[in-house]
Amino acid sequence: MNDTVGIVIVSHSKDIAKGTADMVRQMVGSEVKVAFCGGNPDGGLGTSVSLIIDAINDAWSAKGVAILVDLGGAETNSEMAVEMLEPARRDLVVVCNAPIVEGAVMAATEAAGGSSLAQVKAVAEELSAD
Amino acid sequence: MSLQPETFKSLVKVAAERVIASAPELTTLDQAIGDGDHGINMKRGFEAVLGELDAISARPLDEALKAIGKTLVMTVGGASGPLYGSFFLAAGDALSHDKHLPEDLADVFGSGVNAVCARGRSQAGEKTMLDVLVPVLETLKTAAGQPDLIARVRTTAVEAAERTAPMQATKGRASFLGPRSVGHVDPGARSSCLLLQAVCASLEGRQ
Repeated sequence: MNDTVGIVIVSHSKDIAKGTADMVRQMVGSEVKVAFCGGNPDGGLGTSVSLIIDAINDAWSAKGVAILVDLGGAETNSEMAVEMLEPARRDLVVVCNAPIVEGAVMAATEAAGGSSLAQVKAVAEELSAD
Repeated sequence: MSLQPETFKSLVKVAAERVIASAPELTTLDQAIGDGDHGINMKRGFEAVLGELDAISARPLDEALKAIGKTLVMTVGGASGPLYGSFFLAAGDALSHDKHLPEDLADVFGSGVNAVCARGRSQAGEKTMLDVLVPVLETLKTAAGQPDLIARVRTTAVEAAERTAPMQATKGRASFLGPRSVGHVDPGARSSCLLLQAVCASLEGRQ
């Protein structure tokens, strides 16, 4: 099997992250590696840099990983997580400016076709275009 | 003002304890214009710092600041984790690169402020912690070497935090409220003010 871009879903709510991942898997099956996380380090609503790093590593692909986030803190924490990866991996992870559910489904569908990380990100971000 | 390890340790301790004790106030401010988690998030982060303070303060100052930053990044759980974390990581990094205290205090603090701007893609005037940090940086520059530097930093921080009340937020969760964000002090500005007030009070007590 050819490598496909991995997808990471980061929500303030673990339930939203899991539900989004479930929808993605229904679309693309096991062709694309999907990981998700939600909740702060105590398990309440929020996001955790260490859980995001774990999710990136779980979804790791040589073609890279696209992250979908919900609200501001998820984006800030995801960017921080990317910077804390080992240097060789940092440039292969992007945070997409896209709505989390639609963006994840679109990104995963694009990834399943073997597209590059830049293509996957662009397709997800079309949803944010005016 | 040279910074001995014991002094550093006690400054971190009083600042952390001040934020932890103020968690309910920060939560109330954040419930008004944010998502209500700033107090509990800062409390979690600074409790983690206190828990590691013996090990942190045993390290050289640059490494100690970076360790505080990393601890906040990993434990706060909201955007304030990377924001405050980046401040301490960058300040520590400045000390690793030919900057020294106390003479380069403004430069070191400025490195931290720049990191917060970059992390939040924000600047002063948007009703955030930067509306305290940027004026304090200005005071550190203009009053450098003055005998009343600490008192002026403290006054700047308090007044700057108050000035966020009439601002309309354009960054962060409060920006969703638009004009309704006016009339409330920004929680991040308040937590920055609390940290600086605690550090200043502790330094003044040592003079």
